[in-house]
Amino acid sequence: MKKLSARRRHPLAALVVLLFALVASGGLYAAFAPTEQAQADSSAQSLAIDEGKRLFAVGCSSCHGLNGQGSSMGPSLVGVGSAAVDFQVGTGRMPAQQPGAQVPRKKTIYNQSEIDQLAAFVASLGPGPATPTKDQYTSTETDAISKGGDLFRTNCSQCHNFAGAGGALTQGKFAPSLENVDPKYIYEAMQTGPQNMPSFPDSTMPEQQKQQIVAFVRYQANEAPNPGGLSLGSLGPVTEGLFGWIFGLGVLIAVAIWVAAHTTKAKKS
Amino acid sequence: MSDDNLPTAHDAVHGHGEAAVAENPFADPGLPAHEPRRTDIDERAAKRAERQVSLMFVVSMLATVGFIASYVAIDKSKIVYIFPLGHISALNFALGMTLGVALFCIGAGAVHWARTLMSDVELPAERHAIEADDETRADVIQQFKTGAGESGFGRRKMIRNTLIGSMALVPLSGVMLLRDLGPLPEKSLDSTGWKEATPDAPIRLINMNTNEPMKAEDIGIGSLTFAKPGPSASRPGGLQETDEDFQQAIAKDALMLIRIQPDDIKDDKSKGLGFEGVLAYSKICTHVGCPISLYEQQTHHALCPCHQSTFDLSDGARVIFGPAGHPLPQLKITTDPSGYLIATQDFAKPVGPSFWERSA
Repeated sequence: MKKLSARRRHPLAALVVLLFALVASGGLYAAFAPTEQAQADSSAQSLAIDEGKRLFAVGCSSCHGLNGQGSSMGPSLVGVGSAAVDFQVGTGRMPAQQPGAQVPRKKTIYNQSEIDQLAAFVASLGPGPATPTKDQYTSTETDAISKGGDLFRTNCSQCHNFAGAGGALTQGKFAPSLENVDPKYIYEAMQTGPQNMPSFPDSTMPEQQKQQIVAFVRYQANEAPNPGGLSLGSLGPVTEGLFGWIFGLGVLIAVAIWVAAHTTKAKKS
Repeated sequence: MSDDNLPTAHDAVHGHGEAAVAENPFADPGLPAHEPRRTDIDERAAKRAERQVSLMFVVSMLATVGFIASYVAIDKSKIVYIFPLGHISALNFALGMTLGVALFCIGAGAVHWARTLMSDVELPAERHAIEADDETRADVIQQFKTGAGESGFGRRKMIRNTLIGSMALVPLSGVMLLRDLGPLPEKSLDSTGWKEATPDAPIRLINMNTNEPMKAEDIGIGSLTFAKPGPSASRPGGLQETDEDFQQAIAKDALMLIRIQPDDIKDDKSKGLGFEGVLAYSKICTHVGCPISLYEQQTHHALCPCHQSTFDLSDGARVIFGPAGHPLPQLKITTDPSGYLIATQDFAKPVGPSFWERSA
């Protein structure tokens, strides 16, 4: 000990002590450190969320906030679910081009995998309706169309017209036509209630009834015969009256003029 | 046809084409010279025109027969494909075409007849004053006075007055027939199918889609649900579409259920009638009674498709636009111990449009 204490003022003593402390703390850490190493989460879902977060930061955050919490420009996306993202971005309504009464449908600017990533990120913000799968919105019942017609007339026709041709609402808003709309988007719209459309959650309109409505809308748009010949847009008295006045009376007037202008005289005057 | 057959000189009777004289540039030029038609001078052309007219009338007859035949023969549900029109009802197409041809041929035949065969000689019809000459008028007035004097109309005042009375009363029989438009609604519009609801015997709200009662938590914020009354004392099975008077009943009973964040409800009374933000409004417009449910979930406006009456459902369904005169009546709702939405009383005000006896 004497030897050791005699050298305690040696210039290298501090270094020795430091080395000793390092070895000791390293050894203790090695002995007590948790054996399981923290793994970076590299599952597909988490990657999609990360990727979606990046896309969100670039394309959506200026209105909806960096974390989708909403701002004065756009509503909060917490709890809207992936179905709402799939609908809004998939139909080109989002990102919105300009503020207005209603954000119209336009060309989509994200591809489906990017939409899925955005949807995964927004779905991770809070629980909400998930993007439906094909068998969720495809009905296998044989009488789905007639049942769907009943449900459509009760719940949808007041805004979207009896044939799904769409209609006007207040102050520039409108209910869009349902022709040529992907069944998935019809289903998602009922689930999430985009913009001013009220939602029809599964608690008041079960999945099976949504399938029936989708079946009816598809039938109406693609296969339904047109008993009267010209549908004139299925808009009812507006187009029919216009057609009657302009074409019906127009043809009568033209014929009357034609008849009167053609003389039957033997000599042309 | 050669020009030999045409008259060379203007017809002296009809043509006064030479009347325009140089010394008076504003003189009446008269009618132009009458020129005959080919059918007037060529008997063969006239016969041909006659056959054409008859042919059109015969075609019309055949088309009418075709109309009756297709009405009898074609099944009304038959759908056929016709090129520019697409899939259309065969019956509608056949009826429209045959009736159209039948009417058109009558019209075209008549026009052709008039233009080719009926006389087309120009006839001036001069305008004269409408009234008769003074002598005739004086005579008529004299006759009237004589008649009036002989009838004693001015002298026998009782006959005169009773005649006037009876003439005045006769139109009343026509007015009485308007009674057939009645009977007056009396009290039937004051109450709805919810009238039997009391706190002891509440009526459940039945979802129109599922035909099942609903719990408050089923109604999501921003959702729209339609409801009808459930079982009550007089209607133990609840209102069903198979009921004979379903249409009359649902025209008063129909509800639309929405849910608004309680903080967003501007009208405290309306908030009190709802349950945790679930509000039940009559679906019947107070203007002329259209079903009104064009609900915008962000603005909470409900719009009537008929005349654009707009109601703010977050403010007690106040009318904010359009011809409606009253806010939509709101049904007071709550939940029963098992959590189902119930009504414990009728609407406080009559639903639907105004009527003479309306109490509120």
